[in-house]
This record gives sequence, structure tokens and C-alpha cells, in this order.
Amino acid sequence: MSKLARTRSVALSVAWRGIHNAFTNPAILLPSVMFPLFFFVAFAGGLSGVQHTPEFNFPTGYSAFQFAFVSIQAAAFGGVFTGFSIAADFEYGFARRLMLAAPNRGGIVIGYVIAAMVRAVFVLGVVFTAALISGMNIDGSLANMLSLLALALAVSATATLWAAGIAMRMRTMQAGPIMQMPIFILMFLAPVYVPLPLVAGWVHDVATFNPVTAMLEAARGFISGEPTKVAITAACLAGMFALTVVWARGGVRSAERAG
Amino acid sequence: MTAAAATGSSTLTQVGLLAGRAVSHVLRQPAQLVFPIAFPLVLLAVNSSGLDAATRLPGFPAASYLDFALAIPFMQGALFAALNGGQDLARDIQNGFLDRLALTPMSGGALLAGQLGGALFMGIVSAVLYLVVGVLFGVGIASGVAGALVLLVLAITISFAFACFGTFVALRAGSGEAVQGFFPLFFVLLFLSSAFFPRDLIEQDWFRTVATYNPVSYMVEGIRSLVITGWDGQALAQAFGISAIAIVFFLVLSSRALRTRLLRT
Repeated sequence: MSKLARTRSVALSVAWRGIHNAFTNPAILLPSVMFPLFFFVAFAGGLSGVQHTPEFNFPTGYSAFQFAFVSIQAAAFGGVFTGFSIAADFEYGFARRLMLAAPNRGGIVIGYVIAAMVRAVFVLGVVFTAALISGMNIDGSLANMLSLLALALAVSATATLWAAGIAMRMRTMQAGPIMQMPIFILMFLAPVYVPLPLVAGWVHDVATFNPVTAMLEAARGFISGEPTKVAITAACLAGMFALTVVWARGGVRSAERAG
Repeated sequence: MTAAAATGSSTLTQVGLLAGRAVSHVLRQPAQLVFPIAFPLVLLAVNSSGLDAATRLPGFPAASYLDFALAIPFMQGALFAALNGGQDLARDIQNGFLDRLALTPMSGGALLAGQLGGALFMGIVSAVLYLVVGVLFGVGIASGVAGALVLLVLAITISFAFACFGTFVALRAGSGEAVQGFFPLFFVLLFLSSAFFPRDLIEQDWFRTVATYNPVSYMVEGIRSLVITGWDGQALAQAFGISAIAIVFFLVLSSRALRTRLLRT
């Protein structure tokens, strides 16, 4: 069996297990569905009046404006939740047996990433359906919406690699806040409620250089049918993905050293 | 002669001992003290910049979103205090401390009051800190110094009401996981209220209706009235009234749950 075939075999096995666990255990899947739904309801429902602020220019509507944020957030936090699962696998001893059995350990991480992306597709599908039922407008084409999905999946893969790197280094569920907090802070130091020009104070300065800002603007561009900042978003994501691949590889090495 | 008197220990002493234990428990775990206090302040800083544009809407009741949003950390601090207090009590149940206490002549009321001491301490510390930070960052308290004092009393009362809820959940369920499980519910209550936007400017009818029936809206509006309006008797009466009802309601439920739990052991 070639190295590629071994990696694929391990990745698909781990992915299947992750997907099976998520879809047969509501305790795993429910939080990753409920939190984005709740944020969408709370933000799009409670704060929609803010769209009447002078200079708020997003004709597609506030629900679509918030859907873009919730999509990126759900994808990122789906990755974090997968990190929790990896940490749990280490706590219960399953991950160590998996590392002994797998001929290619990189395939283990790829498997977790695939599982996270499948979960992200499901969660985004649920939130998208809820948003449509609540009357969200979409001005983007099918190609735009597929681009939005691709963007969310890239975010999911990057966040999963980040969380996997932490989970494999610390190998305990107590590492949860360390996986979660940086992503939470990056997400909220971006233009969450209003477009960037309307964000005030120091958050505006930070948001200007925050890569999540470009991702949110690209996502909002896709849903409004006017793609914007696509190249810079792709470049940011490519850079972050490359960094997190190195980070996750280091995590695998750390877990190997720990035995 | 009561059992407590027979052992030379008054109810007040019992409460003091247990409350002191709860407070030292909080102080010995910096994570329990720092995170619940710092997290609401970080969110306040982020949201007050992110939503400052909303103050340009006609009819928005404050000139700065920081003034408007200062009430939110008080609520979040109360939620964290309730969560931590509930988890501490659940741990005492799980590791058998409550069972051992039940073998002593200590009264149930003293036990409850003592356990709530830690949450009350957290409520006082966080309320004072949020007020000081708010004033340092330029929030003007429209009701003046006396209003600031009333604000502290109201915030501590609200914190105590949430702590009573956390205590009830802990006594009823007896596990830290169950208390953790209620945490999202607390946050749903906060987000589906008028905490982040004035009720009359909420566009979605269903959301405005939920916020109107959500008691948390009135707690937030009571605190907020002292900051941005001045003295608003109705807002204060509603906030104090709802908090007092919640305290009585959850204390009664808690004492029943405690009796049931002690009977079980």
C-alpha cells in the first residue's frame, strides 16, 4: 500500500468515526447547531434596528448581514468543538491506541478535519434553512453562495487544525478555553454588528488589521451578490492554513513523544 | 434549647463559618475570581465600540453606547457568580460535604445562607469594580452619587437573585454538569432581553414581545435608568420587585430541595 493510500485509509476511518459519533450523539451535535442558531436569532432579531444608522450600507438586509457572520463563526467554532473531541479521545485513551494502530499519523488529523467540515456543512444547512424561514434576502447567485460555503469550510479546516494542535499538545479537555478564547476574541474584534467604517474606537483600529474582517466582508459580499476582498481573504486563509498545518504537525509530534 | 444552642453555636455563627468558607474558596481559585470579572469587561469594551453607531439612531436613549451598555456587565457578573456558586454547592453535594454537614446540628437555613455567601461576595466585588471601571472610562451616572449607591444595591440584589437560582439548580440536580447545563439558559435570557438594544427600537415584533415578557429586561432597565435617565421610580420598582420575587421564590424552592436532599441522605 502506498503512503498516500495509507494516509487516505486512516483519514477516512477517523473521519467516519467522527461523523458517526457526531450524528448519533446529540450531546456532541446539538451545541454546534444551537449556538449559531441562537446567535443568529439574537443578533438578526434584536439588533436589526441598527441597519437604519446613517452610512449603514447593506441593501440585502440585516439578517443576511448577520448570516455571514454566523456562518464564519459556526465554521470556526465547529473546528473548536472537534478539538474538544480530540482532547476527549486522549483523555479516554482512544487517541493513543489510534496512534499505535495508524500507519500514518498525519492521516488522523486529516480525518478529524474532514469530520469537522462535514459537521460544518450540516450546521450551515440548518442555520441557512432557519434564516430563509425567517425571511432572509439573498442577492448573490448560486456560485456566490457556493463560494460562501467554500469560505466557511476553509475557516472550519483552519480552526480544526488550530484546535487539534492544542488538543494533541495538552491532551486534556481542560485545554478547551485555550482553543476557544483566541478564536472568540478574533471573531469579536471584527465588524460583527455594523460595517467596518461604523465601528468606533480602538476596535476599529484592531479590526482593520484583523484577517477575520476580510473574511466577513468577503462573506457579506457573496451573499449580497457583490464579491469583495476575495483575493485578500484567500491569501489570509492560505497563510493561516499553512501556519496551522505546521502547528498541528507539531501537535502530532508532541503526542508521539508523550507515547 | 435547640441543638445548635446545645453545641454553643448560634445560627449567625454557623452562617458566618460557612460563608467564610465559601468566600475563601473563591479567593483561593483566581480563575473563579478573574474570569467572571474580566470577561464581561472585555465584552463591554468590544460591544461599546462595535455598536456605538446605534447611538445615532433617532430615539436612542444615550449619547454613548458605553453608557447604555454598562448595565450588561452587572448582569453577566451576576450570571457567573450564580454559576460558580451553584457549582461549588454541587461539588459539596458530590464529594459528601453536605452529607457530613447534615450530621451536625447546623440548621438548614444557616446552610443555605452560608453557601450563598460566596456568590454574594462575588456579586459585591464585581459590582463595585464594574462601576469604578465605567466611571473611569467616562460613564456619567445621571442619578449622581446617591444613584451610584442605589445602583450597587440593585446590582447586588440581582446577583443574589441569580445566586438563589444557581443554588436551587445545584440542590435539585446535585451535579456540577447540571449547573453548567443551565449556563446557556442564563445567556439566552440575557440575549433575548433589552440588554443590547432599547425595547422600543427593536424592529422584530416577536423579539420585542419576548423581551417585554423577559424579567431580565426589567433588571437591566433598572440599572440602566440610574446611569442614563436619572431617578426613574417605575424602572427601579420593577427591577427591585422582580429581583425580590426571584429571591423569595428560589429561596423557598431551594429550602425544599435541601430538605428533600437531607431526607435522602
